[in-house]
Amino acid sequence: MGLRSFMDGIAPNFEKGGKLQAFYPVYEAIDTALYTPSYTTGGASHVRDHLNLKRIMMTVWLAAFIPVLVGSYFTGYYANGAMAELGMTSVDNWRSVFLDTLTAYNPASVWDNVVHGLAYFIPLYITVFVAGIIFEAWFASKRGHEINEGYFVTSILFTLTLPASTPLWMAAVGIIFGVVLGKEVFGGTGKNFLNPALTGRAFLYFAYPAQMSGDAVWVAVDGYTRATPLGNAALGEDYGVSWFNAFVGNMPGSFGETSTLAILIAACILLATRIASWRVMLGVLLGMVATAGLFNLIGSDDNPMFGMTPMWHLVLGGFAFGAVFMATDPVSAAMTNRGRLFYGLLIGFMCVLIRVVNPAFPEGMMLAILFGNLFAPLIDHSVVQGNIKRRLARV
Amino acid sequence: MSSPKEVLLNPIFNNNPIALQVLGICSALAVTVNMTTTLVMCAAVIFVTTMSNFAVSLIRNHIPNSIRIIVQMTIIASLVIVVDQVLQAVAYEISKALSVFVGLIITNCIVMGRAEAFAMKNPPILSAIDGFGNALGYSVILVGVAFFRELFGSGTLMGFEILPKVTEGGWYAANGFMLLPPSAFFLIGLFIWAIRAFKSDQVEEAEYKIADNVQYKEAL
Repeated sequence: MGLRSFMDGIAPNFEKGGKLQAFYPVYEAIDTALYTPSYTTGGASHVRDHLNLKRIMMTVWLAAFIPVLVGSYFTGYYANGAMAELGMTSVDNWRSVFLDTLTAYNPASVWDNVVHGLAYFIPLYITVFVAGIIFEAWFASKRGHEINEGYFVTSILFTLTLPASTPLWMAAVGIIFGVVLGKEVFGGTGKNFLNPALTGRAFLYFAYPAQMSGDAVWVAVDGYTRATPLGNAALGEDYGVSWFNAFVGNMPGSFGETSTLAILIAACILLATRIASWRVMLGVLLGMVATAGLFNLIGSDDNPMFGMTPMWHLVLGGFAFGAVFMATDPVSAAMTNRGRLFYGLLIGFMCVLIRVVNPAFPEGMMLAILFGNLFAPLIDHSVVQGNIKRRLARV
Repeated sequence: MSSPKEVLLNPIFNNNPIALQVLGICSALAVTVNMTTTLVMCAAVIFVTTMSNFAVSLIRNHIPNSIRIIVQMTIIASLVIVVDQVLQAVAYEISKALSVFVGLIITNCIVMGRAEAFAMKNPPILSAIDGFGNALGYSVILVGVAFFRELFGSGTLMGFEILPKVTEGGWYAANGFMLLPPSAFFLIGLFIWAIRAFKSDQVEEAEYKIADNVQYKEAL
């Protein structure tokens, strides 16, 4: 156990009185990510399980790499396609330094597409990760609590919700807002009532609408505009994509949201390992199907979104990504089993309601989940009180 | 009875009407999108609060207790109408920008709160100082909020360009969130955080405490 003895060997430097005492949370985070920690709760909760928060978060983090790879492929595919259309032979930013030697910008080549896409994803992810972890570690060392692996999930989910062309500084501002005001001011992981990744994303959406919405940002080539299918749908135009292509992810959009197929594979992993709640996912799906079906029935002459079927709601925009990765966040979702179902239904309902009825927001999933987060404690409260009442009546 | 100096200065940081009592938030959201309107609004509130405290205190022994709120409202409303008319006559553009919010000074909890809590029990001069101090405490937060909202939202201060915007050939990408009223909530929250970090006696007691983690061996 060379690694274990190395970690034990450097431990005194980080413990109380050591030279690097201020960095104890960083040491602790690395140590407990590698080995099961020897710390336990002294109070009333005793659960014997090999699955702890760290392992849960790591599994979600790894599952998120499926949408990362597929999303990068399509990001690169669209960027390469746009470059071919505009007659460009090299990207016009710093990425050309290594992209020129690694790829030929050929949209028909899987390698070229994945590498081009990753050239956008990796710098964004590194920026987001570093910017957020600095604040996470700062709060952790000030408060004397641990850095939590929840941040791995927050950072990758946040990055996946961004359009590929997001400036790096903007991504950093967004994640810092999400981590500090969405989570740390309330006491850190476990006490945040909002999903920190979505809080940061919502901040960016309202702060920099020009870089986060519209039709110029979805393809990572400057000056190339192409609206998302959901944007087209809101304007009453042709979606510009077949259902199957939309399902696979072959359409412009943010990194992670495009490929419903990749998200479903990740969902299978999360459900098989019982990490994500099936009740939340089912609730979101049912809420969406019921609301979209209702709007289909009502119909409208001047609002084309009324006619969008549940099948399309499922594959367009961030619906699938939000339902699988964002709504199931164990901290900000409802905690009771029955509450989870209602919480999911509320999100599915709000998502379709915003998409269909509010023309200002073509995408409703982000706002719907934040709305659901706000109501989760209320839903839990009602479920608990209902249970108490039901059992009292039996006495 | 507290000294005039305490009455004047306490509301600025020790007992700030916005940051500690959380009063007068509505106008703090509504009028802080740029510095000019904010300063005018602050001047209006300072005038109304000082004068209403003074006037209420003058007649405090003659107000029948059962209709005291109505009497206070009448005084405050008269003062607000004066301010509104003066603004329309002198600074019409700013008056347009402030729109209904000058009229809504009547409903500002700080004005009413000081009349009821202080002016009804204290002599006129001290009450006027108290009204002035509280309106000053309100203004400090408002100007602070407006400073950040205008600087980061429009890249200007009092209309002068500080950060040249990308849309006008500069380098600063304006933060649109700062132009939306909810941003004032975040800024006020951050101010409260800063003030409480500085004056820890304002921090409320935690409602519960989570047990510390202990070493596995210690737990046995």
